[in-house]
Amino acid sequence: MKQVEVTLNVNGKDTTLTIPPRMTLVDCLRDELRLTGTHVGCEHGICGACSVFLDDEPIRSCLMFAVQAAGHRITTVEGLLNEDGSLSDLQDSFWECHAMQCGYCTPGMLVASESLLAENPDPSEDDIREAISGNLCRCTGYQQIVEAVQMTAKRRREGAANG
Amino acid sequence: MVDAPANLPNYRYVSRKRRTKEDRRFVSGRGKFVADVEVPGMKHVAILPSPHARANIISIDTSAALALPGVHYVLTGDELGEATSSLFHGLDLPNVIWHPLAVGMTRYAGEWVAAVVADSRYIAEDAAELIEVEYESLPAAVDSEKMIDEDQPLVHPAHGTNVLFRKTWEWGPVADDFASMPNTVSYRARWGRSSTVPIETFGVVAKWDDVNEIMDVWASIQMPQYQDQIAAALRIPMNQVRVHNDVDVGGSYGVKRGIKHTVLVTYLTKKLGFPVRFIEDRLDNMSGGDAHGPDRIFDITMAFDDEGVIKSMKIRALDDVGAYPGRAPLQLGKPMTALCGPYRINSIEYEAISVTSNKTGQVPVRGFGQSPTNFAIETGLERVAKHLGLDRIEVRARNLVRKDEFPWKIPPGSIYDSGDFHAVLDGIIKTSNWDDLVARRDALRAKGRLAGVGIATCLEPGGGNNIFEFLFNPKLEITTFVESVLMKVEPTGAITAVMCTTTSGQGHETLVSTIAGEELERDPDTIRVLHGDSLEALPTRSPVASRMAIVLGTATSKAARDIKSKMITIAAHDLGVEKDQIEYADGEFTVRGNPASKLTWAEICHIAHKQFHRMPPGHELGLQAYAVQQVPGAGGLPDENNEVPLYPCFSFQAHVPLVEIDPDTGKVKVHDYFIGHDCGTAINPDIVRGMIIGGVAHGIGAALYEKFEYDADGQLLAGTFVDYLLPSAHEIPPVVDSEHCTPSPLTSLGQKGSGEGGYLGAPAAIASAVNDALAPFDIEINELPIRARDIEAALYEKTR
Ligand code: FES
Ligand code: FES
Repeated sequence: MKQVEVTLNVNGKDTTLTIPPRMTLVDCLRDELRLTGTHVGCEHGICGACSVFLDDEPIRSCLMFAVQAAGHRITTVEGLLNEDGSLSDLQDSFWECHAMQCGYCTPGMLVASESLLAENPDPSEDDIREAISGNLCRCTGYQQIVEAVQMTAKRRREGAANG
Repeated sequence: MVDAPANLPNYRYVSRKRRTKEDRRFVSGRGKFVADVEVPGMKHVAILPSPHARANIISIDTSAALALPGVHYVLTGDELGEATSSLFHGLDLPNVIWHPLAVGMTRYAGEWVAAVVADSRYIAEDAAELIEVEYESLPAAVDSEKMIDEDQPLVHPAHGTNVLFRKTWEWGPVADDFASMPNTVSYRARWGRSSTVPIETFGVVAKWDDVNEIMDVWASIQMPQYQDQIAAALRIPMNQVRVHNDVDVGGSYGVKRGIKHTVLVTYLTKKLGFPVRFIEDRLDNMSGGDAHGPDRIFDITMAFDDEGVIKSMKIRALDDVGAYPGRAPLQLGKPMTALCGPYRINSIEYEAISVTSNKTGQVPVRGFGQSPTNFAIETGLERVAKHLGLDRIEVRARNLVRKDEFPWKIPPGSIYDSGDFHAVLDGIIKTSNWDDLVARRDALRAKGRLAGVGIATCLEPGGGNNIFEFLFNPKLEITTFVESVLMKVEPTGAITAVMCTTTSGQGHETLVSTIAGEELERDPDTIRVLHGDSLEALPTRSPVASRMAIVLGTATSKAARDIKSKMITIAAHDLGVEKDQIEYADGEFTVRGNPASKLTWAEICHIAHKQFHRMPPGHELGLQAYAVQQVPGAGGLPDENNEVPLYPCFSFQAHVPLVEIDPDTGKVKVHDYFIGHDCGTAINPDIVRGMIIGGVAHGIGAALYEKFEYDADGQLLAGTFVDYLLPSAHEIPPVVDSEHCTPSPLTSLGQKGSGEGGYLGAPAAIASAVNDALAPFDIEINELPIRARDIEAALYEKTR
């Protein structure tokens, strides 16, 4: 089977891999780089479990070939942690609000929520529901996720106000 | 948004807001799901499904697939059917043979015909396309109502009929009760084929070690007797099967029962000598995963007086379990546990009919048949109110069991343990501002919109109990439904507890650590909870049946109390007093009335592990205990009237949604959702709340969107998330959850079940609201899901 060489920048680190050109980005992240925090739910672009950042945009890594991601910065859930390995404020709020049950959709939800908060530091409940509506969660009914995003936004605003 | 129960006992950790033990790894991306398990050298499986609903397999040519570089093996049904035993059915069906790959005949579109093993999933899928199968396509049997009396193609010709089970029970004086009542209503309620559809599909990795003769299995599983069934199918002893229960399961709600996947993969690793993994893709899951839910038609008659008090009912339930029944037909049995809902009904006739069809197989779904049954009963309550022109809430209030009547025995024999149904109902009417909701409904109507307010009052039986299965199959004379825990305290005082099964989002590590911490007055955050593998673990029936708080929770209390008692014995001996002179609080064992005479937790741990000379003579060294917990109140066989107590604990819910319907498109918008809920003592309120709201969301899906639709030829029309619609954050409204607490007298801390939660009442409540909205048009739809197109068509019919 034909293989190609590709260099990917994932969570700030460059890695050169030899992979089949048809390998999806999510399979590459999970199986080649062993970053298994990103999940697979449908492989047809609906569930959002595979969401990662491509540069600053959340994308569905099941719909993209790994080779297409060369030259971009990819950030996965593992890359959302603070530099010292501690939980980010968003991750911590998800924990505090119990914004999950099985945890399978959680990495994708974190990516969708982080993307919203980057654009809108003070989102309404509707804004949050809109932002996560492309990510399916079968466990929670979404409410505790909405609350976790609200908590993070509040913490960030208060943090900014306090200087 | 949560009203805390007013009468909260003074617990230190239980019922308190506390972070869960599990969530930290999930937000870090460090969960260990089955697809994250990497076994060196493992190869990958892809499936070739049947395109036909029913066909004879004439020939299979695997040569082109085998010739593809990277392909190791192609397995077909003939080989696998020879080498393994038929998979387990709940009913006694000796002529219904079930193998992971079709043998001779395919029985539904999507059934697995062959499996390829290759270096990668990509290559395996390529190879599957190269397999050439010659089929003789045959007419399919798809309409469940025709299975009983009409000539239909036979799904399992050797069985001779498509009816798998048909039996009628009568509990109490049904004929007399009907004769004594002035009113009856008869109606049909239909529950569409949907399921729980977790975001993670099923997956399994297996590795056979021929030197040590052990089969290691990692799977996304939630299933009783999984290891038993693997061993039986492979014809190996159970102690050669080791299921790793520490795999995080990405949602299940009942359906993660991949026994056929597992038998396929375990057979392959044993045959080929290297580890093998199969992870379903979404289409595999939806069309061939045998993970559909009930598909049920109820015909019901209720007999009642002029006040709307229901005395008796006759229920006929016809369920289509698809091509391979497994345990699915027993989902007609579990609802016997709460067959009259929360209502004081005196007698019941119940006819249960299970039929097979050329559709994907059915598995247990959240509530094990209870949600469809609750929907069917609630439809009747709506009918009774309508018939008499009474208020819907009032009719429910008149029929609910009253709080001074517990324990309350229902006709099939279950004993409702405790509750205050009226308080929960009244509470939610107040919390929801019912009159205000009605005013908002009317205001919407005045603007030309369709709007409705719904109500449903439902039970969630919890705890599990096999014995209804005996009523369906006397060979299943099983009267236990255990759960176990092993607990130990290390020499330095740290506590570790080992539970014996998997977790799929229920937070069992939090459950066990919270209860152990409460009992032992130790910080739950310091308590480690492990999932023992199936060889190390004590007896389990897995986390089904809303039972873990009840059974695992009570086992945890018992083990912890046992350890505490052992520590008190050591303290008493060392301090030279009788056991009853020792008081334990906050990690200190003190002689009553003599505060200076005491030992600390750490000192006792040290003695128990290191100081034989200070131990009471004959006392076991170390500090360990285990508990194997039977379902409270269970254990007997049915009496001569077929009455038997089934599940032990009964949680109660009252649901109130407000919906609006777009008159042009039929699209339903759920604006508000209120739920009053009583599951006794909530161990972790955030977990309970999540289950309740998540269950409501799941129920809204079943009520409005989700259906595995088939065409007349047996082709599945909903095999992706584009045509099988899971509700998103747009479709699910904010849910206001109002908690009550009526402790169960049967469990260690008064806890009951909550995992099936809102799902058991939301479909009924949404149907009630939609039908309230449609009432001005004299339209009533009692078939779920009620999709936009169904409403649009009904409106068009009325208004054209
Ligand atoms: S797996 Fe990519 S959207 Fe579902
Ligand atoms: S937490 Fe299970 S799917 Fe969202």
